[in-house]
Amino acid sequence: MSDTSGSSSANHAIDVRHLSPSRPALKLEEEQVSLQVKDLQLYYAEKRALHGINLDIPQKKVTAFIGPSGCGKSTLLRCFNRMNDLVDGCRIEGEITLDGENIYAPQVDVPDLRRRVGMVFQKPNPFPKSIYENVAYGLRLQGVNKRRLLDEVVESSLRRAALWDEVKDRLHDSAFGLSGGQQQRLVIARAVAIEPEVLLLDEPASALDPISTLKIEELIYELKSKYTLVIVTHNMQQAARVSDYTAFMYMGDLIEYGATDSLFTNPTQKQTEDYITGRYG
Amino acid sequence: MKSNSMKKWFAAGTPWIWLNAGAVSISVVMVVGLLLLIAVRGLGHFWPADVQQYRYHDQGKTVRLIGEQVSEELISSGLLRESGQTVADDRESVKRYLLKIGNRDIGGLDFVWITELGIEEQSQPDALMVLERREWGNFYGYLKQVKERGQLVSSKQSLWSELQQRLQRVSHFYERIEKIQKSEIGAVNYQLERLRLQARSYELNGGSTPAEQSELASERQRLNVEYELLQKELNQLLHQVNRDSLVAEVMSGETVEISLQKIVQAYRPNEMNVLQKLGFYFASIGSFISNDPREANTEGGIFPAIFGTVMMVLLMAIMVTPLGVIAALYLREYAHQGFVTRAIRIAVNNLAGVPSIVYGIFGLGFFVYFLGGNIDQLFFPEAAPAPTFGTPGLLWASLTLALLTLPVVIVATEEGLSRIPRSIREGSLALGATKAETLWHTVLPMASPAIMTGLILAIARAAGEVAPLMLVGVVKLAPTLPLDGNFPFLHMERQFMHLGFHIYDVGFQSPNVEAARPLVYATALLLVLVIIMLNLTAIAIRNRLREKFRSLEN
Repeated sequence: MSDTSGSSSANHAIDVRHLSPSRPALKLEEEQVSLQVKDLQLYYAEKRALHGINLDIPQKKVTAFIGPSGCGKSTLLRCFNRMNDLVDGCRIEGEITLDGENIYAPQVDVPDLRRRVGMVFQKPNPFPKSIYENVAYGLRLQGVNKRRLLDEVVESSLRRAALWDEVKDRLHDSAFGLSGGQQQRLVIARAVAIEPEVLLLDEPASALDPISTLKIEELIYELKSKYTLVIVTHNMQQAARVSDYTAFMYMGDLIEYGATDSLFTNPTQKQTEDYITGRYG
Repeated sequence: MKSNSMKKWFAAGTPWIWLNAGAVSISVVMVVGLLLLIAVRGLGHFWPADVQQYRYHDQGKTVRLIGEQVSEELISSGLLRESGQTVADDRESVKRYLLKIGNRDIGGLDFVWITELGIEEQSQPDALMVLERREWGNFYGYLKQVKERGQLVSSKQSLWSELQQRLQRVSHFYERIEKIQKSEIGAVNYQLERLRLQARSYELNGGSTPAEQSELASERQRLNVEYELLQKELNQLLHQVNRDSLVAEVMSGETVEISLQKIVQAYRPNEMNVLQKLGFYFASIGSFISNDPREANTEGGIFPAIFGTVMMVLLMAIMVTPLGVIAALYLREYAHQGFVTRAIRIAVNNLAGVPSIVYGIFGLGFFVYFLGGNIDQLFFPEAAPAPTFGTPGLLWASLTLALLTLPVVIVATEEGLSRIPRSIREGSLALGATKAETLWHTVLPMASPAIMTGLILAIARAAGEVAPLMLVGVVKLAPTLPLDGNFPFLHMERQFMHLGFHIYDVGFQSPNVEAARPLVYATALLLVLVIIMLNLTAIAIRNRLREKFRSLEN
């Protein structure tokens, strides 16, 4: 039994290596910690959704959360920019620190936190404005109205999101005219325009076709040189392809967390192994 | 087998389709029928119908009758016999005609009924003339003479073109007189009244300084001089306008003299061809839309009523939109969704069902007497005891209607807000926007088509409302428009005229109901057109917004 599972997981691991052969193995201890989760408990009314999560997210690396639907990976992600505050009856115990400061401390300015921790959602959600205004939205909120500065930031953000060449001639057309993949890259450009430290990606490619998905993955790879990226995905290949570290969650528990390569090739937990070999989930 | 196919027929939904189509066609027929009825009845009034001349035998005498045939009907012979007329035995029914003979100042009656039995001869002589007069309604007769200062005019051209020429001259003077009386002397009076109020307010505030007094006096002096000048010009013009008159023969054979200044226009419909009649027809409709009413609203145009209606609806829209949107925003976005909010929402929905006259009473009691009365005491003590805002007026009418239509706007806006996808809000919040910023920059613009829908419903309701207006600001005849050239230009405290009330007034309160009936239809048609126009404008704006803020549907 364990034999077969071991061999299939080995096969899987070979696949992963095949997809990203050049990635060096990294150790968590060597990284600078960006986000630190300490004994985090989250309740929806009386129901406990996260059970004492402890997790360090390294700076300027890609960390992926995987796990079956409903395991709490999106919930955990939305804790990092306090999106859960919008949910009625949501309550949190424990703490999350960003660069050593507790983001759930009472004196924290939530909009300010969200400027530092950007987020991209599962479905592309551009505003009903022009492409230009979508990217400039965050800056305008901060009171930036200088045309030259806005032009500059819009261009550099769109370039960083690998969208500039496709839209530079129609910046003032409605964002709804873009394809789904382009819209998702526009949303990423919108997020990076305000220079966040951390970028949260909640299944950013799940609503897209394979080619758009590939583009987003390439983009993630590019972006990690500047930002700390946290990605939730239910696509294990994607996690293996793009991430440096992977956390496997199950039923609100963090089961295993480690360098992606070792987690996919050599999982220490039986549940992780079962999941990545496709026994459940 | 048969029941099986029947079942299939039902299952396929065919009867439902027929039922739906039937319901739709009934609605369409009703709407089109309504519009057609008021259009035909109303617009027919402006057509220059031929004027008939009858030799009519009545009770042993033969008389000449001149007039327009307005309508005809069949009555039973028995009825006629009972009234003492002889009708041949083999006839069951007799046609009778309603004849508009005009000349109310001479005969006292505008209309007479005649039966076909008495008609000995009917003709349409070309020379028959119709005068549209400023007083006493239409005049029918033959033109005999034109006089200048009582002296007969003899000229080379025909009498008729002589008359038309002189009429043109008079109407030119008349326009000038109107302008002086209405706007110029009106403006002077308005300023004099303001001076009086200013003097009174100095008095109330413990007397005025000599400087102020002399300023007031010199200003008053200036205005009085201006007034004298205008009055002089007016007298001259009146003298000019009085110069000419005409002599005409009426149907009884008498001759009457009519001053040209009393005549709006003179025409001979019997000699007009169809094109001329068409031209006359459209000119009449034009003057109906653009002129002031005359003769207790039964003659002339309805411009002040159109103006008042549109003005009131626009003011109402300006007042109700911000109020409704802000209330809906609070209810939907900020208020805790508990018992109190639910109760408020139910209350708002129920307000939409309160009869409009109740709003009228509220408007009179609260806005006019309480608010208006207090405003007068605080800000216009110099005008007392005459009320300024403490009397029905445009402001209170618009506010009352804004209150009346508030529920519609709130419900529509809430509906729109609830339809904005959560992902859009989260997208904005994730970029560091506060809730207020998200609402202002993203949610509200996206909800604007829904807000416009609410406004469209509000306009439709407000423009058709009459009952509450009778209590809070509408009058039968307003001497001035609520918008004019006198500072501050928009006079919110003034009373105004309204098409809906005009219909009621002309149809039921006028001294000459028969003559006014076509005007009722024409006014009704105009009211409908005004509402349609206002609605179309709002719908066009909404469609543009919708196109702009098309929701994410991919």
